[in-house]
Amino acid sequence: MKSLIKQLVETPGPSGFEYEIRDVIREAIGDAADELRVDALGSLIAKKGVKTEQGLRVMISAHIDEIGLMVTHVDDRGFLRFTNIGGINPLTCYGGRVLFMDGTRGVIGMDSIESGKTPKLTDLFIDVGATSKEDCPVKVGDVCGFERPFIDLGKRMVAKSMDDRVAAAVAIEVLRRLESTPHEVHFVFSTQEEVGLRGATTAAYGIDPDLGFAIDVTRSGDTPRFSPKMATALGDGPAIKVRDSSFIADPRLVDWMIKAAEEAGLPYQLEVLEAGGTDGRAIQLTRGGVPAGCVSIACRYIHSPSEMVDSDDVENAVQLLVKLLSEPIVLK
Amino acid sequence: MTENQNIQASKVPTIGDRQIELLEKLCNATAVSGDEYEVRQIVLEEIKPFADEIKVDALGNVLATKFGRGENRVRVMLAAHMDEIGFMIVKKHDDNLFQFERIGGIDERQLPGKAVLVGREHLSGVIGAKPIHMTTADERKNKIPVDALRIDLGPEIGEKVKPGDRATFATRFKRFGPSIQAKALDNRFGVAILIELLKHAPENIDLLAAFTVQEEVGLRGARVAAYRLDPDMAIAVDSTPAYDLPHWDDEDQNVQYNTRLDAGPAIYVMDRATIADRRLVTLLSDAAQEEEIPYQFRQPGGGGTDAGVIHKTRAGIPSISVSVPSRYAHSAIGLARVDDWANTLRLLYAALVRVTPDLLAGERRG
Repeated sequence: MKSLIKQLVETPGPSGFEYEIRDVIREAIGDAADELRVDALGSLIAKKGVKTEQGLRVMISAHIDEIGLMVTHVDDRGFLRFTNIGGINPLTCYGGRVLFMDGTRGVIGMDSIESGKTPKLTDLFIDVGATSKEDCPVKVGDVCGFERPFIDLGKRMVAKSMDDRVAAAVAIEVLRRLESTPHEVHFVFSTQEEVGLRGATTAAYGIDPDLGFAIDVTRSGDTPRFSPKMATALGDGPAIKVRDSSFIADPRLVDWMIKAAEEAGLPYQLEVLEAGGTDGRAIQLTRGGVPAGCVSIACRYIHSPSEMVDSDDVENAVQLLVKLLSEPIVLK
Repeated sequence: MTENQNIQASKVPTIGDRQIELLEKLCNATAVSGDEYEVRQIVLEEIKPFADEIKVDALGNVLATKFGRGENRVRVMLAAHMDEIGFMIVKKHDDNLFQFERIGGIDERQLPGKAVLVGREHLSGVIGAKPIHMTTADERKNKIPVDALRIDLGPEIGEKVKPGDRATFATRFKRFGPSIQAKALDNRFGVAILIELLKHAPENIDLLAAFTVQEEVGLRGARVAAYRLDPDMAIAVDSTPAYDLPHWDDEDQNVQYNTRLDAGPAIYVMDRATIADRRLVTLLSDAAQEEEIPYQFRQPGGGGTDAGVIHKTRAGIPSISVSVPSRYAHSAIGLARVDDWANTLRLLYAALVRVTPDLLAGERRG
């Protein structure tokens, strides 16, 4: 799976500009799905299975967009000012490298600010090596993502956009391994999650599922000093979401997931995330309401160019999902 | 485009005295979010002879359809909000002084000493301010919170006012040279444009015009309008701030201007509520280039338009926004150029005649 993850995290695709990553994922899915379609907001929807008598229409959402930057101004000397696409911390920007959708590369510089002060996004600029506005290949509205290669640290993996490409890799792998299911499963590779769960909102409306859940990363509470107040830790297994700040997981789904993990002898941990949201909310609030939850992968340094996850968590998440989808679902 | 598809000059909507008169009427009307009655009446009267179907929905949106001709017509929703920012009377105090609240985004520093019109009768009032004779140097350093301000209506007039009445700034429309000053240019510009487009609807599309309510308080009208119209694509037509003023400090350039006056219609790539469908960005910018209409990209960043809720409707609707730039938005008085308005109308018309089913046939590419 590491090579798949590497390929996914190294493909650019800021929110709203997921066409390249969508093509990569479509290729990776190949004939593992029964049907593939793309909806109006660009989400790729892979359908697998036929709904049997004990089956449900299930939506699983892994978002394929990533945080990025959009150019707001090109000055006379060819420096670019920019705004954020999704949650960008200015602290992780300075000295970073960016890759535009057309292949143009640049670095992030900073105006001189008072020593000791934290920069704001407006103190930063992108330098693509242009010498003037005229020879700058970038214009207002152009989009870039951060550029940083995948590194394999053995048990742990580090890359930009583990949020949420690692979940896309999990979904692809589940699609491949899922031999039979009583359900009609719609794997949604959703767009524009980082700017407000937009792709999952319209995908869920179109699918009209009986039940759904997101696969996403969550914060990890296992770093030194002042780490997030969370029970999650890298390597403790897939995290079953109880709640985050966008929605409260349906307790019946939480119980269903716990029971499946225990039956399969898979490690799991419970997640209460106080700051952050996922596509689970979009699914839950669709039409007349949908029982919804989320399976998370614990991740350190989220929204930085170096997000770290644990390989075993990824593998165990795949196994948990295959187990969940292979059997009839009884919510109690 | 082939020869016979070229735009026929006689069909193209333009801005002349008649349109400026209509804009004046629209700007001087009161339509604070939730009570858009006055503007709605003007709209209904204007579009009645031209639309094939007109409906006023449960929230007060005016939904007008003009059907095109031929096969495979794309259903294009155009949305322009009728409502404006303003005030609501909250409580009467002694001496016909009224406590009020803001409706929509208004900077409270703008308020003291402004004339307002209250209620459907447009009763004259004043947001009072302590005269400079009475203030201390310390007081003048601080802004006055809205809770401490009152609308002063005086005897007789004050008797007619009750909690819940809306009020607007009393600014009257004025044209001077190439410019316009008025209140509520956000978004009577859009309303006026939609009216002209309905009157000159291109025949290649079904034009679904939504004159929406309650945009300034959270895009509420457009949400239900889009659900009902269920279009193939949508364009929100609005007005956006131009903050194109020179810098006075040591920065070498003003890099946060949002838009600039005289630079033409502002095409949106991204705001906080929407990432525009690139197919529509290209449709608009290509149309502008081919017709030699000046245009600008609004600086990506904050703000939101009706497109923010429209694009998320049902299973998703490719959407974009286009705005007329205007200085001093959401204050008592805005300043804009007739040409920017006229070019926005021209651009929208040029884009609409270029809409074909092929435009949306492929996948969204950014």
